[in-house]
Amino acid sequence: MSDPIEVSLTHRMNFPDKEDLLDRTAQGILGTPMDRPEGPLKVSGTATYADEDHPPGTVYGWLVRSSISKGWVTGFNTRDLRAMPGVLAVIRDKRMLRNPAQGQASKAPYQGPAEIFYKGQPIALVVAETFEQARDAALNARADYDDRSAKGVFVPAEAKYEAPRSQQASKGDLDEAMDEAAFAVDVEYHTPSMSHAAMEPHAAVAWWDGGHVTLRGSYQMLGSNKAELADALGISPRNVRILSPYVGGGFGSKLGISHEGVAAAIAAQKLGRPVAVALHRRQQFETTHRRSESRQRIRLSCGADGRMTGVGHDAWVSNLPAESFSEPVTQATPFTYDGENRQIGHHVGRLNITCAGSMRAPGEAIGVPVTEAAMDELAQAAGIDPVEFRLRNIPEKDPSSGRPFSSNRLADCLTRGAESFGWKDRRENGARREGEWLIGMGVASAIRVNMLVPSTARVILLPDGTARVETDMTDIGTGSYSILTQIAAEVLGLPADRVTTVLGDSDLPQSSGSGGSFGAASSGSSVMLAAKAVREKLAKRMDCDPDDLTLKDGYAIAENRRRTLAEVLEGDTLQGTGTIKKGLTSVDHQQACWGAQFAEVAVSTVTGEVHVRRLAATFACGRILNAKTARSQCIGGMIFGIGQALHEEISTDARDGSFVNRDLAEYHVPANLDVPHIDIEFLNDRDPYANPMQAKGIGELACCGTAGAIVNAIANATGERFRSFPVTLDKVLERLG
Amino acid sequence: MKAFDYYRAESPADVIGTDARPIAGGTNLLDLMKHQVETPDRLADVNHVGLDGIERDGDGLRVGALVRNSDLAADPSVREGWPLLSRAILAGASGQIRNRATTGGNLMQRTRCYYFYDLDTPCNKRAPGSGCSAIGGVNRIHAILGASGDCIATYPGDMAVAMSALDAVVEVEGPNGRREIAATDFHRLPGDAPQRDNDLQPGEMILSVRLPAPLGGKHIYRKVRDRRSYAFALVSVAAVVVMDAGRMSTVRLAFGGVAHKPWRVPAAEALLQGQAPSPDLFDRAADAVLDGATGQGHNDFKIPLLRRTLNAVLAEATEGSK
Ligand SMILES: Cc1cc2nc3c(=O)[nH]c(=O)nc-3n(C[C@H](O)[C@H](O)[C@H](O)COP(=O)(O)OP(=O)(O)OC[C@H]3O[C@@H](n4cnc5c(N)ncnc54)[C@H](O)[C@@H]3O)c2cc1C
Ligand code: SF4
Repeated sequence: MSDPIEVSLTHRMNFPDKEDLLDRTAQGILGTPMDRPEGPLKVSGTATYADEDHPPGTVYGWLVRSSISKGWVTGFNTRDLRAMPGVLAVIRDKRMLRNPAQGQASKAPYQGPAEIFYKGQPIALVVAETFEQARDAALNARADYDDRSAKGVFVPAEAKYEAPRSQQASKGDLDEAMDEAAFAVDVEYHTPSMSHAAMEPHAAVAWWDGGHVTLRGSYQMLGSNKAELADALGISPRNVRILSPYVGGGFGSKLGISHEGVAAAIAAQKLGRPVAVALHRRQQFETTHRRSESRQRIRLSCGADGRMTGVGHDAWVSNLPAESFSEPVTQATPFTYDGENRQIGHHVGRLNITCAGSMRAPGEAIGVPVTEAAMDELAQAAGIDPVEFRLRNIPEKDPSSGRPFSSNRLADCLTRGAESFGWKDRRENGARREGEWLIGMGVASAIRVNMLVPSTARVILLPDGTARVETDMTDIGTGSYSILTQIAAEVLGLPADRVTTVLGDSDLPQSSGSGGSFGAASSGSSVMLAAKAVREKLAKRMDCDPDDLTLKDGYAIAENRRRTLAEVLEGDTLQGTGTIKKGLTSVDHQQACWGAQFAEVAVSTVTGEVHVRRLAATFACGRILNAKTARSQCIGGMIFGIGQALHEEISTDARDGSFVNRDLAEYHVPANLDVPHIDIEFLNDRDPYANPMQAKGIGELACCGTAGAIVNAIANATGERFRSFPVTLDKVLERLG
Repeated sequence: MKAFDYYRAESPADVIGTDARPIAGGTNLLDLMKHQVETPDRLADVNHVGLDGIERDGDGLRVGALVRNSDLAADPSVREGWPLLSRAILAGASGQIRNRATTGGNLMQRTRCYYFYDLDTPCNKRAPGSGCSAIGGVNRIHAILGASGDCIATYPGDMAVAMSALDAVVEVEGPNGRREIAATDFHRLPGDAPQRDNDLQPGEMILSVRLPAPLGGKHIYRKVRDRRSYAFALVSVAAVVVMDAGRMSTVRLAFGGVAHKPWRVPAAEALLQGQAPSPDLFDRAADAVLDGATGQGHNDFKIPLLRRTLNAVLAEATEGSK
């Protein structure tokens, strides 16, 4: 076979898309609820996850946890452990991690297992012939410590808070606005630490070939993960290959290289054998990232006409010493609602508890439900229907920066959503009762910033008229395999079964990776561009303008000529490379994804239990690439929101900062019975400023707001405001009387 | 997991009087062994010893120790005569776990106290004499009744709470022969020996549980928890109430999630028995149940919660009857 003919397209989003290519293609596969191409593998257990496919000769590592919360490891019973059955090595290497890398770090996180910053921090890796032997030995590890736990800070109330100057903002005079307002609320809310608890715990297997390491792991962003692993090991990224063909959920916990990957690589290097390291669920809870707890003060004011005059949002979050990430709680507050006088405050406290990092919609996931609950309080104070109150305060342009919106569909979502949900049946607070149950309805807006991240992909059209998509993008359960297949099929006019999508290999062109809800839009745009480059080449071969070329079902059609792609290719392979980059449209416009969420709840007057009876949401997030995976993302996000409102909380022992409920029996995520019927509607939407596909993020948007709608529904049911998440029955009982 | 010997027992005789640890469904024991909270040297697999039938016993029923929770809950005679038991079982764990879990194993399941699972913290139940981390720690799920200064853990199960209310009897056999233990007395209070959950002696094995003749009346198992399924009880109330001419002729009550054992208070039942239902009376019964109740901080709410749940259950059980 001859060398492929290479073509490429790079596009920087400096201007809104006017080409509307995906509205002009003929295949009609994009947007359909196509089944996942890898679905049969997943349901038959033949899609192998990180820890399910080991090279021959693999041995097993188990991480040892620190039993103190702060201090130094001064000694270790290495000799005793080495004498245990099967034990091959006890590794305490200074390249091991204190905590996983933050998303997109592209360099190693804080390293060194000798200094302890939090209880449960990995301090050694025990490697043995079998998994059971490794675990047995690790459980018998005993460290000597210089124990400084007494100096540890474990509760936010005792932490020292920094207020990074770049994260404070103000405009006008909020204090004065609050004083002079007809109605104002000044309230404080609390949200707890939470854990991603993805179905597949972190796991990796590493093997070396000379100076080159291959790591099969469970990661979301292979491009930066490769750089992080290389930096951690002190080798060149060229000598690192990461494979993550299937990822059993990430939610942000697998954005950065983590303990298991680095430890496995170090051990494999030392032993000259492949080494597999998987985190136990309990280790996943205490050694990967948590979502920070937050304290949030919200100040809102409005005139007698219900028009807002002031918006203030101050947040206090925490992280380990020397971690730069802090949950951007106030991210959507500057642009969501009107108000001349504004203030944003951000405070980071240092705690000796597990590292905080990105978890699904970092910022908005906990910031939006809280502001939406406070909005409800203000609407109530002003005596205005909560939907109407929001509608009155949607700004024309970003009220903080003055930038125009690329598109703002919040009003459409609220109006349409209220109608589908039957909002008009909502009654006064505390007015609906069925037996022992108080019934209420609540609304919340859903807002999440929209992002574009550089991404590259290859689309290869083979002589037989089939195509292959190649990029290092990951599918973390979101549906990347589906949508990338559909995009290539749409642009090349192929039935989806003639397109194969290969992902999750860091040797392939570097994509955005999965995170921040930018994965579909960014990697999708790169695939679209790569396919478009191929398409343009086909047009040339068909002797026509690309705009006059129709590609459908494997045929190229121009004027009255119709040829199969194989005929057009004449034995050649066309290889298109597409690259998308963000540009001016991310700077000169405020981009966001929009939605409105509605909840109906029942609250028991006997036990304080809260049941969600119904959820509905209307979203506007640009072009929908696959109706089924988009809907699944929203269902998942809204269930996430149920957990946030009612169940999820890491319980921390205030004496040593340890997470006591670090398993799925005691860390409660919603069970099937907690999840009611969920209605999801997507508005027909395009955002030409977002990217050439005019699509936007979905997966995170869906979990921003749900919890607000639920607590607002609880307030409508009971007449009581609950300002501490999750609303567990003990909190409700206290107020029921 | 610590290495262990394993053998398959073909009959109870292969287990009784040995130092081997029975393993039935394994849904609790295996977890604890992986964490090395339990480190038995020898496991006797009891899944093939028989004892897996549900038989008539006069007007009552004898349930083999190896009957799976799912089978017991679905058994037509249980559903008809002892629906309380069926409901309590179905309120517990998940379908998958109930398919494996057995009658004997369920009675023997250990506490869910967070610290019991954590080898790096003091726990008198796991390591006698080391202290109790739950006192002064996170104790939202802990006991409000019958706790001691050495342990405030609860027995977490549901099935045994119904068995206690139904006056079931646990039939066990040891090297010295068979004996019977009232389900209510099977589990013990922690006192100064919290490492002992119950009265089963070394070398003894549970053979079966006997249910006395059906009581009739209304059977209610109300389990209050942090999510609607797949969570242990914060408080549960098991109640059987038989009404006769507007009065409660028979009352049986047991409570889960509040003590180291299913909590039964004969004085509260006596107070109600023979009386016409009234909110005031229910409240006095709750007073009797909660006599001596103490919160540990995070679990204080269980005290009012138990009262409210009991009141609601009694109201439901007596509602509409004359
Ligand atoms: C996530 C989760 C949630 C759960 N939720 C609930 C719940 O809500 N409510 C509830 O009630 N339970 C719940 N359970 C507990 C479950 O019911 C128990 O794990 C199960 O009943 C144990 O039965 P098994 O046969 O698997 O016991 P095994 O794990 O096999 O054994 C448990 C113990 O019983 C001993 N044993 C077994 N058979 C005998 C015998 N015949 N004689 C003497 N000793 C014996 C064993 O030696 C061992 O010590 C839950 C469990 C899990 C994992
Ligand atoms: S309550 Fe009992 S089981 Fe829990 S830590 Fe204390 S002694 Fe251990």
